[in-house]
Order: sequence, then structure tokens, then C-alpha cells
Amino acid sequence: MSTSIKFCGVGGQGTILATTLLSFALVDAGYDVKMSEIHGMSQRGGSVSSEIRYGNKVHSPVITKGEADVLVAFEQMEAARNVDYLRKDGVLLINDLKINSMVTLNGKIKYPENITSELSKKVQTYVVNASDEAIALGNPKVMNVIMLGALVKALHLEALDFQKAIKENVKPQFIQLNLEAFALGLKTVK
Amino acid sequence: MKKILTGNQAVARGAYEAGVHFASAYPGTPSTEILENIATYKEMVAEWAPNEKVALEAVIGASIAGGRSLAAMKHVGVNVAADPLFTFSYTGVTGGSVIITADEPGMHSSQNEQDNRNYAKFAKIPMMEPSTAQEAKDMIIDAYDLSETYDSIVMFRMTTRVCHSKSSVELGERTNVPIVKYEKNFNKYVAVPAIGRALRHTVEERMNRLKEYSETSKWNYSVDNKQTIGVIASGISYEYAWEALGETADYLKLGFTNPLPAKLISDFCDQHDKVYIIEENDPYIEEFAKTLGKEVIGKELFPYTGEMTPDVIKRHILSENVEGIVNDPELFVGRPPTFCSGCPHRGFFYELGKKRKKIVVSGDIGCYSLAVGEPYDMMDWLICMGASFSSGHGAQRIFDMNSEEQRRVVSIMGDSTFFHTGINSLLNVVYNGGNTINVILDNRITGMTGQQDNPGSGFKIQGQETIIGDIEGICKAIGIKHIRKVNPNQLDDVKETINWALELDEASVIITDWPCVLKKKYNDDDLNIYKDMWKTKDIVLQDKCVGCKACLRSGCPSLVFNAEEKKVSIDTATCVGCDVCLQICPYDAIVKEEK
Repeated sequence: MSTSIKFCGVGGQGTILATTLLSFALVDAGYDVKMSEIHGMSQRGGSVSSEIRYGNKVHSPVITKGEADVLVAFEQMEAARNVDYLRKDGVLLINDLKINSMVTLNGKIKYPENITSELSKKVQTYVVNASDEAIALGNPKVMNVIMLGALVKALHLEALDFQKAIKENVKPQFIQLNLEAFALGLKTVK
Repeated sequence: MKKILTGNQAVARGAYEAGVHFASAYPGTPSTEILENIATYKEMVAEWAPNEKVALEAVIGASIAGGRSLAAMKHVGVNVAADPLFTFSYTGVTGGSVIITADEPGMHSSQNEQDNRNYAKFAKIPMMEPSTAQEAKDMIIDAYDLSETYDSIVMFRMTTRVCHSKSSVELGERTNVPIVKYEKNFNKYVAVPAIGRALRHTVEERMNRLKEYSETSKWNYSVDNKQTIGVIASGISYEYAWEALGETADYLKLGFTNPLPAKLISDFCDQHDKVYIIEENDPYIEEFAKTLGKEVIGKELFPYTGEMTPDVIKRHILSENVEGIVNDPELFVGRPPTFCSGCPHRGFFYELGKKRKKIVVSGDIGCYSLAVGEPYDMMDWLICMGASFSSGHGAQRIFDMNSEEQRRVVSIMGDSTFFHTGINSLLNVVYNGGNTINVILDNRITGMTGQQDNPGSGFKIQGQETIIGDIEGICKAIGIKHIRKVNPNQLDDVKETINWALELDEASVIITDWPCVLKKKYNDDDLNIYKDMWKTKDIVLQDKCVGCKACLRSGCPSLVFNAEEKKVSIDTATCVGCDVCLQICPYDAIVKEEK
């Protein structure tokens, strides 16, 4: 059996670091892990996603629609766009953040309302206030690691060595901040 | 030691372990990180070339001189490199040589979906296809031994998901392969017709020997699950097939795929009641199996386009549809990629947009391709790298034959594309007395693929400073009489320059001169010129904003329109103070923020 986790967000939000840390810890714990991402336009404000699958043996690096066990959305509208990747009994983690796209910025179309409440009617949903928590910690960028903490809690993967994952994958000056962010994330999901 | 690597990182590691001396590439998704990672090993010389043909030619020279060499490119890059490739197939190698093609089933970042396995067959060279990062690393080491044993460049075919998916890879040590002592070998390397005719036979003999190798290659093997259904697959499709069908099928996994192993395929087909060929893009294996007289199921069942992901396989073989959460289209809108805040292309396209009715825009490949969308609508066609000047010229020729048309062609490409194949394009315009307006959007970097250096950026891939190619000087030297350089963030200057070019009845060149907002490295000269760049921010005086939305036509993602208050504001976290919106605002409501 394998577990499939999809991360989605907007270019620059740090989906790649979150998937890197998680896959590092999973490999360290002896799982077979595959991770996939599509490069190309990520710095230009477009939608981005990355994927992790792990288990005893994993073949496909790609998660197809209806197969993800968990969807971790760093932004509300991206959660709505990608929710069809989730299994019916899957879990959705949403960072409570709205980022406009070009079409909503210029006022032509309104940013959709009530995304989190509508999605929570469809699927088991945890709304995490990770962006605000990250600002409170002193750096809005660590939202991704707060969300990772929330995911780890939801998947009951606390036994994995994320201390090591962070220490070996994050620049020295940001290690402490990311450790704090991760610990904070663990507390956001009950 | 194990490490999690992408397929691209694994290829770089494999090249390192194989003792590769020299690597060259032109960036292109999904191949770009291969050379970027090779560049991190000091034991190898890595170089960005201006284009893929040049990259392969440098690699050919390195091989002739006795070094192990590697060229990497995306699938369409092989089209550019095809000329040297086909003759290098004839000459063979001295130091082992590998060409990596990164194909794009599903076209995530490409203009077409060509299947470059056909090139290996066409050029008569051996081909390998890894399925995972571990295989990519191990196979590349083997590819060098094969290359030297069979005296041929090896094509190494990857696809997006192999390039960009990560899994753990067991690392090895580098084997320091000595450079082969150079000896002039006229009859091997001077491909004049008399020698070419002789080499032609050696190619055929080589392929015959490789046919035997293919039958016993460790990369071609079957997996026996005691089933009556068989699957033949290569590359990522093999992993997808396992994911979808697991142990309910037997597998023939093909890693060495030109020439294909006739006996292995034939025997596998004979041993199974039903055989599916699961492959992305063209029916490459399927057609071969059918020439062997085997009844196999391929493209009559599976789609001819897109990725052969497990859901596709399940749907077509098992008639299984996975039912997950249904999404609600009311809850999201599009989020297309767009020019960054401070992108120097914005000001130019804003001004050119005012002439849209008079002009036809011949486009090219780079970030500026994004001008195809809202709010710019600035592209009539886009074909391939370097084509805008030449295709624009051809179009202008026809427009000029029809006096009712009165259309003027504006052809657009970036600096990296100009160095790639744009120079010949422009030479065609000036040599043939064309009259198009040729724009070089010089942002001093290869932007779209993620900030790779190029002959105009001032740096080489391994960090060394180098000369900056003089675009204006090149244009002058090939005979362009009318050249203007303009700062694209100064809208009045841009407007005046476009008007100047439209009035000319000879070919002109406009060079927009401002760096990419993401460019990180500058030499000292550049730092002096651009020292005050992006140090300021612009703000909207809310009492002066009347909500006319004129500024939004710049398409800047830092501008936010509040529909309730009917006013625009600027996101100060992303604004870099390029002042384009400030110049557009008819009410002087946008000003520099005071510190």
C-alpha cells in the first residue's frame, strides 16, 4: 500500500521545500518514496503543485485524480482547483490565504467567496491559519513548514526525524526558524 | 550512500561517476537542470552553448579529442542539433559520447509532443530509456561503455516525469577515465563523400552488432508473475503500468530501445495470450512488434497523445474509472503565469499594444511568449526558437504584394533567443532588403527556463565572468542601418522609438535594454549602470485615484483593483518601483513612495 500527498499553491510559496523535507524524512525512515513536480513557469505567479507518494514499494511518481490521500493547499483557490485529486475519504489541509490571480486583480472577475466552507462540505477539511502564524513568527515564508507540521500531525508521522530533515535541507540561518514553524504546525491539527 | 535525486540530478551524478570530462547544453524544460547539476562538480567542464547544435558540435569535438562528453537538450533541441547528430553517427566516437533528449509527453512546457525515439532509429544510433532516477544514474555510466565499445554516440531518452521526479539513488565513486591520446584519423572523421560512403557500411555493421547486444542487455528483461496477460513498456510507462496492473500482468521491460530486441519481444508475445504495448507518444515499440507479425494491443486502445498515467491505463484496460471528490468550477478562476512585477517586457508591450490594429506580431520562445495573453494580446504566431525575424520577413513579403493589406510586421525575440538562432534570422532580413521591425528584448538572461546565463549575461555556468556579447554591435556588423536602444521602462522613449521604426521603409532593430527583475549576478560595469534599480516602490494616492483602471492595462500583478471602493492599490511587498504604472496613470495618482 502507498500513501499519496499532493501539495498545491502559487509560484514562490515554497511547495518544493515542503515536499523535499517530507520526502527526506520518509526516505530516512526507510520508506520507498517518489516525488514529482512540474517546473517551468513557477516564478511567474502561476499555479504550482508537487506530489509525494510513499510506501513499501512505489512505482508511479504521479498522483492522478481521485487518488490523493491528503491535499495540502497553500492557498484557497488552489485548494478548490485541485480538490478533485482527493479520494472521497481523503483529507484536505488549507492555508487560510487568498492570493489574487491576474483575472481577479484587475477586477474583471471576483475572487470566489466561501471556498473553505464549501470545500469542508465535500471532504474532511482542516483550515490552518499558517500565513498569519508565519508572520507572527517573523517570516511569512515559513508558512510552508507550518503546513508541513500540520500534515505530519494529520498523517501521524510525528515519529519521523524532521529535526534532521530541516537541519540538512535548510540554510543554517533559517534552521531555528523552520524548527519553530514545524513545531507550531504540529499543534494546529488536533 | 543514498540520496534523493531528480532524474536530471541522477544523470549529472552518473556523468560524474562515469568520468565525463566535458558537457554542453542549451537550457530547455525539462532538461535544464542536467547541465546545472553537472556544473556543480568541479571535475567536469560544463558550458552553456548558444544553441543545441553548437552544444552537440562542442561535444563532438571533445569526443574526437579523446574526452568523455555529454550534450543535453529538450526534445525540440534535437531538431536544431540533428545536422551534426546524423553525421556523428557515421564517424563514431573516440571518447564516449551521449546525447540526452528530454521529451515532453503532455507538453507541459513545449510547443509540440514529438517522440525523439524516432531520432535514434533515424540516425541509426543506440538508445537507452531510464524509468527511474536510479536507472538514469546507472544507465548513463553504462552508456559510456556502450558508446566506446560500439563506436557510436548513444541517445539517452528521458521524459518530463523521469527528469523531474525524485527518488532515492545509491551513489558511487567517480572513475577517472583517462583522456584517449589524440591521433589524427582522416578516414574516420573527415566526412567527405568518399569516406561517408565507407562509413555508411560501418554504421550498418554496428547496428547489426547492437541488435545482438539488445537481446542480452541487462536493461531488457522480463518479469514473470505467472500471468497470461503481458505488458511491454519502456521509460516511465513501465512504472505507470506496474502501478495500474501490479502483479496481474507479466512485463517485458525495455531499457535499451534502439535497436529493439526482436527475439525477446517475439518470445514474450508468443508466451502470452494478450500483450499490451504501453508507451507514451508514438507507437514506436508497437509498430516494431507488428513488423514481427505479432498481434499486440497498442494505440487502437490507448490515447495517442498525453501521458500514459496509471489512471489512463486502468481506464483503457480495466474499464475502471477512479471516482474522487468532484470539484466545483464556481470556486476557482484561472491563474495563468504572467510577467513578474518589474518585468522589463511590460513597458514595451504596453506601448506596442497601442499600435495593435496596424501591426502583425511575429513571436518567439521565451518569457515574452506570455504576451500572448491578457491584457497584451501581442502575438500573431509563434513557431520555434529564432523564427520570429525570419518568419516575420516572409510574412511581410506577402503582405507587401497585396496593396490592400497595409500591414507592418513587428518581430520579437529575447536576447537568449537572438544568440540561439536569431542572428541568422536577422541576417536574412537585412541581406534580402526586408523592411520589418525587429525587436530584441534584452533582459540579459535566459529567463523562462529559470535564470540561465547566456553569451549576453556576463557569466559562464560555473560562475566565471566572461565577455558580454554586443547585440547592437552584431546588428551593425550584419548591416542593419537603423538601430535604437531604449529603456523599456521609459514609456515616452518606447513610444517615440516605435513610431520612428514604423515610419522607416527599411529594416530596423529596437533593443530594449533592462535586466530581468530576477537576474542575480552583475559584473562591475553593469552594477554601475543599474545600481539604483528596484530600490524604490510606487504607491497610489487613494484620494486621486478615480478607478479608471488605465494602469491595469500594464498587466502588473502588484496592482490590485478594489471593486467596492473602485480604486487601485499597489502591493508594496511585490512592487519594485519600475514606474510603468506611474507613467500610465492619467490622473497622477501613482507616485514614488517617500522614504
